[in-house]
Amino acid sequence: MQFPESWLRALVDPPLSTAELCHLLTMAGLEVEACRPVGADFARVVVARILTAEKHPAADKLKLCSVDAGEHGILQIVCGAPNAAAGLVVPCALVGAKLPGVPGSEIGQARVRGVESHGMLCSARELGLAEDQGGLLTLPTDAPIGRDVREVLALDDMLITLKLTPNRADCLSLTGIAREVAALTGAALTLPALEPVAAVHDETRAVALDAPAACPRYCGRIVRGVNARAETPDWMKRRIERCGVRAVSALVDITNYVMLELGQPLHAFDDAELSGPIRVRYPAPDERLLLLNGQSVAPAADTALIADGQKALALAGIMGGEHSGINDATADLFLESAFFAPAAIAGKARALGFSSDASHRYERGVDFELQRRAIERATQLILAICGGRPGPVVEAVAAAHLPRRPPVRLRFARATKVLGVDLGAAQIEKLIAGLGFPYRREGGELVVTPPSYRYDMAIEEDLIEEIARLHGYDNLPAPAPTARCAMLPLPETRRDAAQLRRLLAGRGYHETVNYSFVAEEWETDFAANAQPVRLANPIAGTQGVMRSSLIGGLVGVLAGNLKRQTGRVRVFEIGRCFLPAAAAETGYRQPLRVAALAAGPALPEQWGAPARAVDFHDLKGDLEALFAPRPLVFARHAHPALHPGRSAQVLLDGKEIGALGELHPELRQKHELPAAVALFEIDLAALLETPLPAYVEVSRFPAVVRDLALVVPLSCAAAAVQDVLRAAAPGFVREIQLFDVYHGEGVAPDCKSLAFRVAMQDTRRTLADADADAALAGLLEAARAQCGARLRS
Amino acid sequence: MPDLEQLVVQATADFSAAGEISRLEEAKAAYLGKDGSLTALLKGLGRLSPEERKAAGAALNAAKADIEAALAARRAALRRAQLAAQLAAEAIDVTLPGRGQTPGTIHPVTRTLERIEQLFRSIGFEVADGPEIETDWHNFTALNTPENHPARSMHDTFYLLDEQGRVRADVLLRTHTSPVQIRSMLAHVEKYKHLERMPEIRVICPGRVYRVDSDATHSPMFHQVEGLWVGENVSFADLKGVMADFLRRFFESDDLKVRFRPSFFPFTEPSAEIDVAFMHGPMEGRWLEIAGCGMVHPNVLRAGGIDPEKYTGFAFGMGPDRLTMLRYSISDLRLFFDGDLRFLRQFQ
Repeated sequence: MQFPESWLRALVDPPLSTAELCHLLTMAGLEVEACRPVGADFARVVVARILTAEKHPAADKLKLCSVDAGEHGILQIVCGAPNAAAGLVVPCALVGAKLPGVPGSEIGQARVRGVESHGMLCSARELGLAEDQGGLLTLPTDAPIGRDVREVLALDDMLITLKLTPNRADCLSLTGIAREVAALTGAALTLPALEPVAAVHDETRAVALDAPAACPRYCGRIVRGVNARAETPDWMKRRIERCGVRAVSALVDITNYVMLELGQPLHAFDDAELSGPIRVRYPAPDERLLLLNGQSVAPAADTALIADGQKALALAGIMGGEHSGINDATADLFLESAFFAPAAIAGKARALGFSSDASHRYERGVDFELQRRAIERATQLILAICGGRPGPVVEAVAAAHLPRRPPVRLRFARATKVLGVDLGAAQIEKLIAGLGFPYRREGGELVVTPPSYRYDMAIEEDLIEEIARLHGYDNLPAPAPTARCAMLPLPETRRDAAQLRRLLAGRGYHETVNYSFVAEEWETDFAANAQPVRLANPIAGTQGVMRSSLIGGLVGVLAGNLKRQTGRVRVFEIGRCFLPAAAAETGYRQPLRVAALAAGPALPEQWGAPARAVDFHDLKGDLEALFAPRPLVFARHAHPALHPGRSAQVLLDGKEIGALGELHPELRQKHELPAAVALFEIDLAALLETPLPAYVEVSRFPAVVRDLALVVPLSCAAAAVQDVLRAAAPGFVREIQLFDVYHGEGVAPDCKSLAFRVAMQDTRRTLADADADAALAGLLEAARAQCGARLRS
Repeated sequence: MPDLEQLVVQATADFSAAGEISRLEEAKAAYLGKDGSLTALLKGLGRLSPEERKAAGAALNAAKADIEAALAARRAALRRAQLAAQLAAEAIDVTLPGRGQTPGTIHPVTRTLERIEQLFRSIGFEVADGPEIETDWHNFTALNTPENHPARSMHDTFYLLDEQGRVRADVLLRTHTSPVQIRSMLAHVEKYKHLERMPEIRVICPGRVYRVDSDATHSPMFHQVEGLWVGENVSFADLKGVMADFLRRFFESDDLKVRFRPSFFPFTEPSAEIDVAFMHGPMEGRWLEIAGCGMVHPNVLRAGGIDPEKYTGFAFGMGPDRLTMLRYSISDLRLFFDGDLRFLRQFQ
């Protein structure tokens, strides 16, 4: 809501500066979003009349004007504006003036093509009042010659813009804002006098409320013989334009003026276009209506229409129809001032893809006792500006459907409990009285009747907010909170995401946050998801579906960084993925996952380590470190995003928890990625459990370490051999570590050598060589029997 | 009997002349070896009379001790020199960079979220979580925002299509973290239903939220932190105290100005917007909107299964993205979601 300060001050004028007034409004919950002067900064521009305008002797496009600037004398000014003509009253910048639209220059005495020019006649653009270059700004012919233009056009006025919250529909009018300022400051409120306009004829249109829930009150009046071409007075034009409403024609301007002044949207029909009574009704099946904005709509069954005996005229409370509105030729008009229920209007304009001043007000709540006053006010202005002969006001009311304002109890004790401070009964009563709400005191409480213009006073807390607001939130105490001290649980076997992030960052990964909605192609490519969860209203096609994997996002990050010439990328993300699941409350499973991706050299370029591309086992090491000490099992599997020979499903306690691998070469090629891209994606839940450490006795006896080099078939998985060895090892074998894998000369081509270091130590005795020999023989035998292994010679 | 003194002087000189251990051993042999001159003298003692032997023996042993001492001293000196040479040879350029992986980073918004969590944990708040595809009921209805409530137009909501391509009206991408309030209350009430007096609820709920909005200052996905404190005597004054304390701790600025301004949210009454103003830095003196908050609306408490006559509470919601931008002087919100390593690496 934008309005000029002068209009507000005409209604209520507290002894506050503009800045103080804005602060007052902001701190009362009517946030001042902007406050700026109407006119740009300029001085020494006065009202002048062009006495003569003749062609410049030396230039076709210039005129030589003689200008009466009142007390500033008769000036000779050269002017290039096409509309410069004798008799026009225009702004004249005197010598020494600085203009906003003429950057950097000061108007000086100049010679223009050999002719002296003592000033400059100005356009609206040159004064910073408008963007268009429409020639000289013409002022009213009765503007006082010689007077400062700032004063004449009231350019020192301030434009105040309020960012109103949806509950404060009562402040969508100057009257409402003024009422609020009066309550906050105690300053007197001067509202325009509203004398009912007496009818001079008795023609009316009957009004039938066929949709009383949507429209419980409708006032109508015929005004005959208006002059639709009358000029809107400057004061009115200025006020509505400064509220951001375009001036159109006197009748439209008057309806807008009353809406801005009182908050009541009005609509004027051309009475000649109407036939029979006015009906407020719901649409018939397939009924269509062409709106003022050119949009043809088929209103939903619950959208009320204004109709006459034959046809729909308007979408009630939203927008008028194209064919029933007033125009320059209108002589008789039918004025509508109605109350439409918020619930009947809410969301309707939005559903049609627009918003109107009327729907904006109705859906938030218009004062349901305002209609008659507003129609009288509008009639008063129409008669004064456009003339005409008013008929009587017809008012149809469905009282049962009008909003109710049941009294609300405000207990002083409850106010103290909610606010945390006792403001005192007298102070609370004073604040409520200041609002002008009718109330009575009953013991420890006030019984307050909310006024018809407030839709946000339904419960006790609403009143508590009012008194807190008027008292000033800043004047309420802000003590340090007190509460029962109880320690929070600290389960040692639970980790949180923060700890995992640190582990990953410690291993060189940078955390990223990627969009949860991705391009459908990513879902197909990286998750083989042909039926992704689709957004109904995505912002862009590249953000059309919900991700079921974090991989796409990380690949996207890689691609972005490659474009920015960062070749070595190590990134991770912890976030949700989304998969349909009929049994879930929302219909979707939304697991949190952690995924990491590494590409380029395994280590940052450095002098002290050979360069090597990152691979499967680098990521495997990182993944194992995350889970340590819990052992993971890796099994070959197929994954749409991964190289079939270099990918593994990851199992924990026999349950699949994710995947690890190198990006599939075809995807690498398709997304123009470099050779080495390895990644993993794991369910976060699996990472949050960690065992409580349990002490195992440390031996005081010497350890025996033996190496066991086994030759096994090439296809034999190292982990399988290791599992066999571990199963076959006697209790004193502490550790069996794979330390070398060899395939090449000296080993049959279809075989490989796996070398294990076996560490043995007993907690009760020193092991003899014989013990070690026997253990090793047992390991070899098990490997031979179960894996076809033999000792490497 | 030769001049033993001279012999010791000569031996010491010979030892000193030996520049390395092998030379020293040769020099030693010349005196103390099988055919060494001192060994020969010692062997010759047998030919002397007992009296002479006694005197000569003592002199010889003294000379031998002196020579051995000289030898040991020289040996130690040579060892020291050798070690020094070895150490000198082994010296490295200590200014060369260290080897291995360089550390990664935590996302700046996560840093902020973790700080917020830690600050609120320190006064007994737990961290709660909720789904991002949320039911309409949790996101709006239970939060006192029934269908067609004008407040719904404050949030431009993302909706989903079902498998037949129809818009699902019952679920949405949550537009705020406030639905976690409802989930927390319902879970808390269920957990403590056996008790006459329900313990206080103190939770914060950080997470991602979504709105149909995208420009330099809006991202269709962003973060929020919701906070909720419900108890028998939780008041608006407590809300002011907690939030002012939090903001001063978060920005580590005791002179931070904090103000509470009336506002409107369907799920709180009274409602407030919190503004802060810094006393230093690029934003000095400007009021910046930082959070929305208020006393939990009785209808919301009821939706959470809590009797609003008996219990009151406050809730707040704030934007960690904005807090992060202010804290680290970041000018463009989009950097958070861009994955640009040149940006991320700065948050070591």
